[in-house]
Amino acid sequence: MRIPCPLCGSRDRREFYYYGSEDYLNRPTDQGTIEELDNHLFLRHNPAGITRDLWYHETGCTSWLIVTRNTITHEVLGSELVADRKKGA
Amino acid sequence: MRYSGLKVITEGLFGNKGWGRAWRDPAPKAEYDAIIIGGGGHGLATAYYLAKNHGLTNIAVLEKGYLGGGNIGRNTTIVRANYYMPGNSEFYSHSLKLWEGLEAELNYNVMHSQRGQLILAHSDGQRDTLARRGNAMINQGDDAELWTREQVRDFAPYLDFEQTRFPIYGGLMHKRGGTARHDAVAWGYARGADRRGVDLIQNCEVTGIDIENGVVTGVQTTRGPIRAKKVGMVVAGRSSQVAAMAGMRLPIESHVLQAFVTEGLKPIIDSVISFGMGHFYISQSDKGGLVFGGDIDFYASYAARGNLPMVEHVMEAGMTLMPMIGRAKVLRSWGGIMDMTPDGSPIIDKTHIEGLFVDAGWNYGGFKAAPASGWCMAHLMATGQSHEVAKRFRLDRFRTGHVLDEEGTGSQHNLH
Repeated sequence: MRIPCPLCGSRDRREFYYYGSEDYLNRPTDQGTIEELDNHLFLRHNPAGITRDLWYHETGCTSWLIVTRNTITHEVLGSELVADRKKGA
Repeated sequence: MRYSGLKVITEGLFGNKGWGRAWRDPAPKAEYDAIIIGGGGHGLATAYYLAKNHGLTNIAVLEKGYLGGGNIGRNTTIVRANYYMPGNSEFYSHSLKLWEGLEAELNYNVMHSQRGQLILAHSDGQRDTLARRGNAMINQGDDAELWTREQVRDFAPYLDFEQTRFPIYGGLMHKRGGTARHDAVAWGYARGADRRGVDLIQNCEVTGIDIENGVVTGVQTTRGPIRAKKVGMVVAGRSSQVAAMAGMRLPIESHVLQAFVTEGLKPIIDSVISFGMGHFYISQSDKGGLVFGGDIDFYASYAARGNLPMVEHVMEAGMTLMPMIGRAKVLRSWGGIMDMTPDGSPIIDKTHIEGLFVDAGWNYGGFKAAPASGWCMAHLMATGQSHEVAKRFRLDRFRTGHVLDEEGTGSQHNLH
């Protein structure tokens, strides 16, 4: 499996560390509820199909990426920098 | 029909014409007292114990494919009770006791072979940890022996004792551990449940779960709607999709775990051996193939096939442990879909919907658990109360902080 890094181009899967679902980016505020925290850390849609999850380009540019992939076919559809997402927010 | 040695001989004399079907192929009824979604090892065991222990026989197992076609039919077949943590220890102990009586119980040869399981230590610290784990196993009432390097060498002289990177310091031998014939477990439970009146309905995919005012009323299937006041979801690998039909999000992420089998060889490895420094475990099947596996691939997947970096890693670990297997040819490999929970422990619990129960999250350790999982899930569905040995497998334990992290690696799906 190869993953396209927006900064480094198409790279081998071994350069990346998988962290988990995009849900990890939806961090509740300090006023949030325990349910929000549960959804942030533990509960998952766990789709069979298109998913968006977090990968760290550990032995490359050390960027955090949101990778869009298909969990049934292992097809990688695209990636974006987590940093860009924050800029847009 | 009761199976016996005499029956094998008489059938052999008369052309094996009298065997008949091992279970019926019934059409679904309009209503049952209880429905089990999933005809794998755990689902069939649940149905069997619901009928046997609790007298519930008007029940059905709904399977979208064929019985035992999922992970119960493709795994490394290891049976053991060597857990450390309270919550896990008593559960797997109970399961091993059920294994030990399973063939007589089911009148079915599941080829349970208590050939022993040896975990190796490669440092002082690791040996101390194994001593602690062994003590916990003994306190639980199970067996464990802390072996010296010399004892390990006597037992398995083919391990690489010369290397300096991962020297062997000793090991923990669990003599009641071993292997079993994976398919036979599913078939044995299926036949046992069928003989007690349970309807096993294959090619029947559940497409919806009917809920009215927070109470489950039945399911929608590809073979029509079926009513039931109790529904158990026992669908390892697809738990998240089935739970989504009830509007639930589970603390589960699906990962792929690969396993491999070589061509048939003469007997060389007569127990289960686990490498302590890389995730690698190996045994030899009765057909002669070396059966081995390693870690999950570490990213969410439903592909039921793995990726090459993990293949390479597993082969490297095997060669590090026992270089002699290097010339054996790998015959085939496969990847199973694992329900990974954040702490690596399973879930047997009620849900917030009355009458809807869940048995899921078996990570990569579901095979040995099948008897006790069925036993405890049946207890829960019949009585509404968690069984004593499964009371910590709660669905909400991550929210409440009562995690069961056997590996001690942290509460994150991809870490176990």
